[in-house]
Amino acid sequence: MSILVNKNSLVIVQGFTGNEGTFHATQMIEYGTQVVGGVTPGKGGTTHLERPVFNTVEEAVKQAGANVSIIFVPPAFAADAIMEAADAGIAVIVCITEGIPVKDMVKAKAYLEGKNSRLIGPNCPGIITPGEAKIGIMPGFIFQKGSIGVVSKSGTLTYEAVDQLTKLGMGQSTAIGIGGDPIIGTTTKEAVEFFMNDPETEGIVMIGEIGGGMEAEAARWIKEYGTKPVVGFIAGQTAPAGRRMGHAGAIVGGKDDTAEAKMAIMRECGIHVVESPAEIGQRMKEVLGR
Amino acid sequence: MNIHEYQAKEVLKKYGVAIQEGYVAETPEQAYEAALKVKEVSGSDWCVVKAQIHAGGRGKGKIEGTEQRGVQVAKNADLARDIAQNLLGGNLITIQTGAKGKIVNKVLVAQDVFYPGASEPKEYYMSVLLDRGTKNNVIIYTTEGGMDIEQVAEEHPEKIFKEWVDPKVGFQPFQARKIAFNLGLSGKAFKEMVNFVTALYRAYEDTDSAMFEINPVLKTSDDRIIAVDAKVNLDDNALYRHSDLFALRDLAEEDPTEVEAGKYNLNFVKLDGNVGCMVNGAGLAMATMDIIKLSGGEPANFLDVGGTANAETVEAGFRIIMSDPNVKAILINIFGGIVRCDRVANGVVEAYRKIGDIKIPIIVRLQGTNAEEAKKIIDESGLKVYSAIMLKEAAELVKQLMREPGGNQA
Repeated sequence: MSILVNKNSLVIVQGFTGNEGTFHATQMIEYGTQVVGGVTPGKGGTTHLERPVFNTVEEAVKQAGANVSIIFVPPAFAADAIMEAADAGIAVIVCITEGIPVKDMVKAKAYLEGKNSRLIGPNCPGIITPGEAKIGIMPGFIFQKGSIGVVSKSGTLTYEAVDQLTKLGMGQSTAIGIGGDPIIGTTTKEAVEFFMNDPETEGIVMIGEIGGGMEAEAARWIKEYGTKPVVGFIAGQTAPAGRRMGHAGAIVGGKDDTAEAKMAIMRECGIHVVESPAEIGQRMKEVLGR
Repeated sequence: MNIHEYQAKEVLKKYGVAIQEGYVAETPEQAYEAALKVKEVSGSDWCVVKAQIHAGGRGKGKIEGTEQRGVQVAKNADLARDIAQNLLGGNLITIQTGAKGKIVNKVLVAQDVFYPGASEPKEYYMSVLLDRGTKNNVIIYTTEGGMDIEQVAEEHPEKIFKEWVDPKVGFQPFQARKIAFNLGLSGKAFKEMVNFVTALYRAYEDTDSAMFEINPVLKTSDDRIIAVDAKVNLDDNALYRHSDLFALRDLAEEDPTEVEAGKYNLNFVKLDGNVGCMVNGAGLAMATMDIIKLSGGEPANFLDVGGTANAETVEAGFRIIMSDPNVKAILINIFGGIVRCDRVANGVVEAYRKIGDIKIPIIVRLQGTNAEEAKKIIDESGLKVYSAIMLKEAAELVKQLMREPGGNQA
């Protein structure tokens, strides 16, 4: 099993014919993902990477049966692309785009309310169910099918954790990068909840960073409802207050969103917190008694 | 992006937000002229001279080596000139600048707004920002103005009000009235506050701001509501559609190495430590800083080189990090997913040879695609570069270097 995406996911690429879209669609297809086409307004009716190009997401849903979309359009048009996918009834919308204005995302997020779409990202590496579907920009070869769920705000730090897990013989059920922006579609808590309800996930790795209250929210939920061991890490223990550390959302605003405060709350809630990112895999191994 | 108080007030004024009027000056003479112009507006000889730096706490801060505070009332234009003389070119140290302080290049000469009248002047606090929890914008306000808001939140949380804005309909008139009532206003001051907050929110939305903080919002003795200070932080991601606001950027307020890094599209934040780092990805970059600390060093910077770690970006990164004499070692940490590690390794070797005279040890940790080949390239380059594949090994190398006596030379 897995969460949100699997081998039956029918994926379209919004921004299909652009450089990014083309490159990553090719990689996704090579991984075995069922990419059924893409959307580039004005290029409908043509083919790209041996797959149909549609003018609208609606057409892609009707004609190719798409239920998952991955977005590679530039920041100025990305919120619009998210709303178009939701309007067309896409179940899982993965937005890779970095640098979307906050105002646009406030709007898009409000638009999504009450619709049957789940947004992942923006500013994220995507989601992968190893051996089944890669819907994102992560390097597929470091992943291995298994029973650890991974949720993280960051791209390369996710790869780091996954690489450690794989090398220690612990594959992943699904790995989801939720994104580093202040407004994102799927929260840490929601991803953790999915993993807790997934019968094949045995342990969860939860990676956060400074800024916002999502990790604390997830930790409190875990304390209340958690049934599986969680190993956690928060990046940015050494980040100065008030400075944005790369990710738009990675900024310490008050005393509750420092790495220290988040780690303390996570420990209180029974999460196995590691101080060094080099120990994520090892700690999971110990916790699972393998 | 941050802008100065005088710029923020100009922006607010354009949207109909009532402000404390004033004129900016870069010389004592200009300050004198500005004080005379202020008199034309206010009818009073009195004015206030305010240092313009991108940091708060100016009223209590002092110019280094003197008793001159960052904000001071002047009773006439001559005195305004004297105060400007003391401030301009001085290094202002406030609670927010840290010990290093900030050089004052401009002052704002503004009207004295605490003049006597029919009622007591009263200070409020108001800010507009994104509430990450609800994903809506929120107006935060309190009757306890002029103070540090975090302190109010701590001591009197019941005095802090929040008004969330539904993005589907925007800010509504009833919300403006609620805010004015909650602040205990009536009559003319009530009407003024309704207009003030309505205009303020419109300005926030229109300018794609990330945060507005008006502290204090003042009710004057004749019941006008005005912004006496203004802190405006713009959403960097939205600047592409606001060229007029982008033009307000003051490079003198930014760290020169950060400005330099920006030219190469490197995401760089200067810190005070002794171990530099160069990493791909923001999360891994923060995690690498944490590893440096856990290994006995202190991070000298945050640097995310993004998806393309090639010879050119590595060279730029090297030069920027090494311009800080406190840096005793550099840790390069690249997780090669899409980018191949052997290419990055070649880039590191090429950049190293090009710069030539590198005196500090470099640790290169390359993991991911072609990591083994990459390690071989580094090890066989003959350069003073330590290579690692696992993150643990890299941490261990940092630890060893930090233990070495005398400048951590390898």
